[in-house]
Amino acid sequence: MSDLAPQPRVNRLVAAITAFGQAVIIGGQHARSHVHYIGGLGYLLYDTTVWVLRCLFLPRQKIGWPALASQMVRVGVRSIGIIVLVQSFIGVILALQLAPTLEAYGQLERVADVVGIAMFRELGPLLAAIVLSGFAGASIAAEIGAMVEAEEIKALRAHALNPIRFLVMPRCLATVIMLIGLTVLSDVVGILGGMITSWLVLDIGPRKYLYFTQVALVYRDFITGLVKAGVFGLLISIIACYEGLNVSGGAVGVGRATTATVVKSIVVLIATDCVFTAMFFLFKL
Amino acid sequence: MTNVAVDVPNNAVIAVRDLVMSFAGPDGRLVHVLDGVSFEVYAGETLVIMGGSGCGKSTLLNCLIGELRPTDGHIYYRIKGMNQPVDLRAMNEKGLNELRKRFGILFQSGALFNSMTVAENIALPLQEHSYVDSSIIDIVVTLKLQQVHMLEHRDKMPAQLSGGQKKRAGLARATALDPEILYYDEPSAGLDPVTSAAIDQLMMDLSKKLQVTSVVVTHEMDSAFRIADRMVMLDRGKVLKIGRREEFESLRDTSPERLANDDERLIHQFLCGDPEGPLTKADGTSEYEKLIIAGE
Repeated sequence: MSDLAPQPRVNRLVAAITAFGQAVIIGGQHARSHVHYIGGLGYLLYDTTVWVLRCLFLPRQKIGWPALASQMVRVGVRSIGIIVLVQSFIGVILALQLAPTLEAYGQLERVADVVGIAMFRELGPLLAAIVLSGFAGASIAAEIGAMVEAEEIKALRAHALNPIRFLVMPRCLATVIMLIGLTVLSDVVGILGGMITSWLVLDIGPRKYLYFTQVALVYRDFITGLVKAGVFGLLISIIACYEGLNVSGGAVGVGRATTATVVKSIVVLIATDCVFTAMFFLFKL
Repeated sequence: MTNVAVDVPNNAVIAVRDLVMSFAGPDGRLVHVLDGVSFEVYAGETLVIMGGSGCGKSTLLNCLIGELRPTDGHIYYRIKGMNQPVDLRAMNEKGLNELRKRFGILFQSGALFNSMTVAENIALPLQEHSYVDSSIIDIVVTLKLQQVHMLEHRDKMPAQLSGGQKKRAGLARATALDPEILYYDEPSAGLDPVTSAAIDQLMMDLSKKLQVTSVVVTHEMDSAFRIADRMVMLDRGKVLKIGRREEFESLRDTSPERLANDDERLIHQFLCGDPEGPLTKADGTSEYEKLIIAGE
């Protein structure tokens, strides 16, 4: 057939309806998979909470302190170095970025206020959580995924041992506890970074800097940051465990779960932080 | 556990009745991986379940151990201390866990917990289910390791063990709670012939010493003929033949021309590992491969 042959006329209305129908079907499939994912996370969270309560209040159920301690070391202690490094840089960056604007208003010493509030309320918990999602979240997903592939999860169930109690619960508790601890460390290191920069570059002495920080901060700033850290820790660990438990397809599946954990954790962390900030703003916290 | 009045022979430990397991295929069509499977496993015997790739034997094992819930049919267990057989399909998770404590499983890869030593792997089910003192658990672990000739490896991590050693350690863990039934998933897979024969010998010794009922899923025929009392041949989700080992040996040793029907010729081809026969099409691909390629 020649290229110049007349093409059959397409009814534009039919084409538009078909395209709309296909878009609805694809949208519906995406929505279904998202609902399935959120439902799965919710169910895992519920199951984990039930196991934590059982282990705390039922005499025959053990919390498994050695497993919890080893996860705390793995999740938290090994992340200390990288979190100190990142947060000290953030303190330096904040101080240097704010200085010109504040100086224009004759309020240079207020660098301490802004760095302190930003670190305690936002950047301390959020950046510690983001670092932890890449450091510990990915590692949890890969480890559990590899266990699924090696039939270890099946072996646990075959011995009447619940994988949520043995694998998910200690990892969630460890991530929550350690992220709260790491957030305190982040706050301190961030303020130290800002203080040293102010001392060396902006000519604000440490005593003056700490005085302004102390005046600007209230306990509420510290507590809201820690509440956020606890929730962030729970989200990272639940997403990582869920992705790990749902691995299929061998090494490729493990790699996919690791990437998905980091990406989804960061999106969920920032979205949750946004919700927290809006709530704190509404309730003047 | 749910008790039910059913027709299960008195000496049967497991009775599978009209078992159906269906999955949705890639095109949304329902595919019956198991289609009306029925058989019994008698106390103290070793039953070998065999069949080609994709015939449904792994699905059957997963149903037997409660890893998969069958679509239809029943799996009855007659456990010591219970008057009536219990139906696995009617059990809740708690009942299923009680049942799981009565059987041990040796997985294809050993499935040892990689973060624990060999001894810790064996101790874990005891610590969680037996509520005995740690010194007694230590003695039991030593005994179980002696049974599988692995005592000198007790403090090694699974990554430091060979394939055969992993299976031995997995077998020690499977027997930790003194089970009444032992399941084996491809016990000889990935092992050299000598190690494979040694594992078979170990399985037979344990079966005799511990007086357990054994169910073995395999397609390694040398191993199957060494250990089996009775055999079940699966084909495309259905039971093709159940019989004593001698009956299968006779089928294997008979020339295909003298066999009565296609089913027997198919079993003969499988047992002998012939590349040509009713299992294989003219293009060299087997019926199983065609099903797998078609996504079934």
